Amino acid sequence: METLLEVNNLVTEFRTADGNVQAVRDVSFSVAKGETLCIVGESGCGKSITSLSVIGLLPSNGSITSGEVKYEGKPIHNLPFEQMRKMRGTKISMIFQEPMTALNPVLTVGYQLREPLILHHKISKSAANKQGIELLKQVGIPYPEKRINQYPHELSGGMRQRVMIAIALACSPGLLIADEPTTALDVTIQAQILDLINELKEKLNMGVMMITHDMGVVAEVADRVMVMYAGKKVEEGTVSEIFENPKHPYTIGLLNSVPNVDDPDFELEPIPGSMPSLTEQISGCRFNPRCKFATDICREIAPPEFSTKEGHIVSCWLHEKVEEEVKHGHLTAQI
Amino acid sequence: MVTLPPKSDQKILLELNGVKKYFPIKGGILKRVQGHVKAVEDVSLQLYEGESLGVVGESGCGKSTLGRAILGLEELTEGKVRYKNEEIQDLKRKEKLKFVKEMQMIFQDPFASLNPRQRIGHALEEVFTMHTNMSAKEKRKSVIDLLDEVGLKEEHFEKYPHEFSGGQRQRIGIARAIALNPSFIICDEAVSALDVSVQAQVLKLLKSLQEKYKLSYLFISHDLGVVRYFCDRVLVMYLGNTVELGTVQGLFANPIHPYTQALLSAIPRPTVQKNLKRIRLQGDLPNPANPPSGCPFHTRCPIAQDMCKVDKPAWQEIEPGHFAACHFAGTKI
Repeated sequence: METLLEVNNLVTEFRTADGNVQAVRDVSFSVAKGETLCIVGESGCGKSITSLSVIGLLPSNGSITSGEVKYEGKPIHNLPFEQMRKMRGTKISMIFQEPMTALNPVLTVGYQLREPLILHHKISKSAANKQGIELLKQVGIPYPEKRINQYPHELSGGMRQRVMIAIALACSPGLLIADEPTTALDVTIQAQILDLINELKEKLNMGVMMITHDMGVVAEVADRVMVMYAGKKVEEGTVSEIFENPKHPYTIGLLNSVPNVDDPDFELEPIPGSMPSLTEQISGCRFNPRCKFATDICREIAPPEFSTKEGHIVSCWLHEKVEEEVKHGHLTAQI
Repeated sequence: MVTLPPKSDQKILLELNGVKKYFPIKGGILKRVQGHVKAVEDVSLQLYEGESLGVVGESGCGKSTLGRAILGLEELTEGKVRYKNEEIQDLKRKEKLKFVKEMQMIFQDPFASLNPRQRIGHALEEVFTMHTNMSAKEKRKSVIDLLDEVGLKEEHFEKYPHEFSGGQRQRIGIARAIALNPSFIICDEAVSALDVSVQAQVLKLLKSLQEKYKLSYLFISHDLGVVRYFCDRVLVMYLGNTVELGTVQGLFANPIHPYTQALLSAIPRPTVQKNLKRIRLQGDLPNPANPPSGCPFHTRCPIAQDMCKVDKPAWQEIEPGHFAACHFAGTKI
């Protein structure tokens, strides 16, 4: 598959009152055309900041301090503002968690939908309107001719998220970043939206980078999965590898923390403690204070990335031991 | 799997009889009542001692209002709430105090209910100031015991709410709720705002407290996975109406109502199964101010017939202990 986005050794820092804080620590990954990469992790693990670094929308006190982001082979992390602006929408676009805060409440859906078309494609308003109606049809909104003149508050949550998707897809980008697109929605609506994103991905051959904390959503939409913890990538692999053969204790812990709807005998096995704050100094592996396998080496030296199989990367000193334990059933990933 | 009827030796703790809660919609210059949002429509159920009853449904289905109505935080439009065989819906403020100690609530976002400028220890002490006449020393000791009970430390006594993580704040919410040895706790989306690893910790804590103090929970949640893990019985609500009630085993293995079937089918499973056939509901939840006629679900129901648009299906016991409201109960979609 053709690589669309390549991120190498990305480090993103924030200037804060307590000095510089690293939110993303040396993360590398890639997204191919027509592929969905899910980035999973709990709040504060740096998954959203990774996506904002890619699209160049970091808050003013944040910056990429090293590493590179390449889109179709060309570096984009150091592009001047105006050029990056031309990339956004046409090459990379993004949908956010809460469509009500991302949409402007005082402008009609149509206005917000036409804006990227007029700016990027330099077409007339009436032509943009026509295209807008087509886009709304594409994302499955009934009566698009009526909806296009309505305001965001007149739409339901699911409808708003569909409008967001329509706006993101307006200029047919190659890469769609979806940051928790369904977290604010009900399950039946969530299912509709996930189906829609999958459908559109296949139709338009887009790369999709989906940020989520929900292992269920990951299993449903991902081709590949990257698990992040406290700013670091801890594991990466195909979706079946991650779910059937997880190697990092954190990934296993995450899987064991999600109650299974289909299994009445499922026993929860929480990960003790909580996510460290970004300013916290942890020597060695970032996960070691919460890891039940941690040994001396984990506390002293940060583990490198081990490539165990084609595409399965794990950053843990003890991945072989953990794997053995999982195999022998001492440690079950209950899935 | 066979649906087991609730054990007959279980004592009824709480009983709801035709509980309704309508919110008036006021409009026009004179602010006349123009209609009602029927948040809870005719709910009857029993909660047994020591059980966890899950209430699930999508946003706007009335599950939170139901919880608030039971506690008397919302005045009922109609219906009766009996707690330990006493009607409590019309009690005066003073008479209610006795029940306040026994019935508590844990909210979704405990940060919103904590005073940001008050130390946690002092906030928790207030519970004892209100309801007991302990001395300052006794209060302090009780609070420290409470903190220990929910997995916090003595040193947290002097801290402010912003110094705690989400999971710890929820533990504080739990500490406040169990302070007066209640027998019934309503958890309103108590773990929804937490990260999964922390959510699992809090669920474990709630379970261990239940065993220790023989608590009954009304567990309001939109997460069916959590409900399956945590509860004994489940009530499914849709647009203010109860659509199905059954034991966890019975309802999850054999959902009778088409809405429950669709809801269960829509949950993303944390397992990789390709080519799984899913039931997808079309459309959105109707506006509760203007609910559909007949069966409230007919607008989205894949098996709706003409009679569903006119006749509201009755709430009936389909199998022992397994209730549903559907004309075609049991039809698989």
